[in-house]
Amino acid sequence: MANLEQFRAETRAWLETNCPPEMRKPVANDSDVFWGGRNTVYSSEPQRLWFERMRDKGWTVPDWPKEYGGGGLDPEETKILRQEMAAISARLPLSSFGIWMLGPALLKYGTDEQKREHLPKIAAGLIRWCQGYSEPNAGSDLASLQTRADIDGDDYIINGQKIWTSMANFADWIFCLVRTDFSAKKHDGISFILFDMASKGVSTKPILLISGKSPFCETFFDNVRVPRSHVVGTVNRGWDVAKYLLQHERSMISEVGERRGTRPLGQIAANSIGTDEQGRLDDPMLRGQIAAFDVDEAAMACAAERAVDLAKAGQGHPAYSSALKYYGTELNKRRHEILMSAGGIDVLEWESPRSNEGLTARSWLRTKANSIEGGTSEVMLGIVAKRILDLPGA
Amino acid sequence: MALVLNEEQSMLRDSARGLISDKAPVAHLRKLRDTNDAIGFSRELWATFAEMGFAGLLVPEEFGGSGLGCVEAGVVMEEIGRTLMPSPFLSTSVLAATALTRGGSEAQKSEYLAKLAKGELIASLAVDEGAKHRPIKTAMQAVRSGNGFRLNGAKAFVVDGHVSDLVIVAARTAGKPGEHDGLTLFLVDPKTKGVEIERTIMVDAHNAARIVFNDVEVTADSVLGEVDRGGALLGGILNVGRAAVASEMVGISEEAFGRTVAYLKERKQFGKLIGEFQALQHRAAHLYTDIEITKAAVMKALQMLDTDFDNTEAAVAVAKARAGSTATLAVQEAVQMHGGVGMTDEFDIGFFMKRARVCQELFGDTAFHAEQLARLKGY
Ligand SMILES: Cc1cc2nc3c(=O)[nH]c(=O)nc-3n(C[C@H](O)[C@H](O)[C@H](O)COP(=O)(O)OP(=O)(O)OC[C@H]3O[C@@H](n4cnc5c(N)ncnc54)[C@H](O)[C@@H]3O)c2cc1C
Repeated sequence: MANLEQFRAETRAWLETNCPPEMRKPVANDSDVFWGGRNTVYSSEPQRLWFERMRDKGWTVPDWPKEYGGGGLDPEETKILRQEMAAISARLPLSSFGIWMLGPALLKYGTDEQKREHLPKIAAGLIRWCQGYSEPNAGSDLASLQTRADIDGDDYIINGQKIWTSMANFADWIFCLVRTDFSAKKHDGISFILFDMASKGVSTKPILLISGKSPFCETFFDNVRVPRSHVVGTVNRGWDVAKYLLQHERSMISEVGERRGTRPLGQIAANSIGTDEQGRLDDPMLRGQIAAFDVDEAAMACAAERAVDLAKAGQGHPAYSSALKYYGTELNKRRHEILMSAGGIDVLEWESPRSNEGLTARSWLRTKANSIEGGTSEVMLGIVAKRILDLPGA
Repeated sequence: MALVLNEEQSMLRDSARGLISDKAPVAHLRKLRDTNDAIGFSRELWATFAEMGFAGLLVPEEFGGSGLGCVEAGVVMEEIGRTLMPSPFLSTSVLAATALTRGGSEAQKSEYLAKLAKGELIASLAVDEGAKHRPIKTAMQAVRSGNGFRLNGAKAFVVDGHVSDLVIVAARTAGKPGEHDGLTLFLVDPKTKGVEIERTIMVDAHNAARIVFNDVEVTADSVLGEVDRGGALLGGILNVGRAAVASEMVGISEEAFGRTVAYLKERKQFGKLIGEFQALQHRAAHLYTDIEITKAAVMKALQMLDTDFDNTEAAVAVAKARAGSTATLAVQEAVQMHGGVGMTDEFDIGFFMKRARVCQELFGDTAFHAEQLARLKGY
């Protein structure tokens, strides 16, 4: 305990000295988020400083082993670091599908060689990854995917199409589900494979979203040659790796409600709408909605904390992340509906400096995907019903 | 601190669960109700509770208690919620023990706490006056008279007030209803002249009383804590009570839900188990998630009461608000998914619905606590 208190004090002092003031303000636009990769540029000097200092401590991935570029912290220390970062509203130094999704899967299923090759580059933000799961006819029913990998000597030749691949056009490498056995039952013929997006035969085409952004791509593979050694886990058992990764993706998405450095809803609304003589928000119905939301959001934060504690105590259920993913994403959508109500006319402007180019409205629209990406809310409820509650019917 | 029970707490839960499910299943409450039992709970069972150390769970060891914390009290309350066992645990072991431990003089502590821990003294807290829980609106008067006070006013919803040996009463020694300052807590012997107690038979077959105070004379020694400054003490006691009731509601929610899921797996319609219908699966999965999130919030509040007592207002508000809405949903879905049989008195589910409604009102409902949170957050 004393050690943890000391760790907290040291961490606090270190963050205080090393986190630039600019990195303690809410993110104002997309270029404020640092994703790393071969082609990134820093949007500002403080962004670079903050990233490099955190990277050098291994704190882009605080709980990974030091040999892979991590901080080697135990779960309690990691929790303390998170708390201390949140306390000063520090931004994430590096956002990365490599950290949130691939890393955990590699740590569990990767060979030594694969870990040594990929993990340090993820930790240092050198390689940016994308996720090649969904296909035009395999969304919720992911296991019906048809992208094929055929053996050719020491390589696979990959052909097919992925869709909704987030930021594939900026990614350096892809972690991809492919079918390696067409005769097996649908879950049993899938493999999980890694390859460079610069490989010959890979092309991407952006898809515009309702938020006016285009983070998605259609991704095409035309005779892409990939060494067989790039399969993670056992050939044809890629579904296990895929599911394990999805648990992490779902935990990550369920945390969308945990905002960093944004002002509380009640205060945002009060600034926009005004208050009555007693200092209460001058819209009793909206105030009630916000209060109900704040109750649920605070409870959700406890649940996210408890999920980690349950897992550590060996009492976690593998499908628990589906429950929290469902709740967290629905909650985040609610938050953004309230933000739109609170902002009223002012946040409806799409292209204007006054509305910061429609930032609130664009975020609101983006959150509608939270309950679709990484598995829809309906699918999450189905998983909870069957895997946790053990209700009948496949 | 991890938001899971540690080993000792799990053992406590197992022993409480064993005793309660064995000696006081829902049938126990049903029998007390059907026989119009004069007390409404079993003295014998309460004595066993005391022997096992539950009655004095929150009483410091120097006064013969177990010296445990709110997390442990919550563990017991949750088990009570699972079978709806009526007992003075909330009124006496939680509320009165907290009141005396935190506010009592040495003399008051030694007079009452040991008896309380032995199960020999039943005490109650008298706060509410109107239809809804609004401690700040307390109007009951305590006017100085000689070197003591004279009490006038009426209290309702006094849990176990009909069998109490000691009533802890909130009254105004200054200020007007609606003002924060001016509240004082008194320890009143219910046999004092001018105290009239009416047992109220409630919807959930649990116990409460209405108490009228007509020119009741008490001495200065009966003041608990400081005169005029009882608000903070009362707030602390209520917060422990709120977290405890929230725990009971978690127990109610989980039990009602568990029974519902079991029913979904056995009841057939249209040639299928009704649990195969996706419409019901999704509602069940939603409810599961809702309960899990509430459990985390309640555990957080209980832990904070043990580690950071003076900063728990928001966490308790969140816990009680959530527990109220979750339990309401759990019992409503339970009756609905059981169909017609859920509406029958013969079937136990209705008991959970009734108790959840009472727990919702007790010490502030969901709306009250959401309002508290809004106020704390300054909007
Ligand atoms: C912002 C965003 C980012 C994404 N990023 C990526 C990415 O990087 N890589 C990637 O591979 N994919 C990505 N996806 C794809 C995402 O995983 C899929 O969109 C998702 O799994 C749903 O599949 P679908 O779009 O085909 O919808 P469908 O599966 O066709 O679903 C349509 C509707 O039917 C419902 N439905 C389907 N099956 C059931 C069922 N069994 N019971 C009840 N209802 C059901 C769904 O809930 C939904 O409401 C992303 C999606 C979004 C929105």
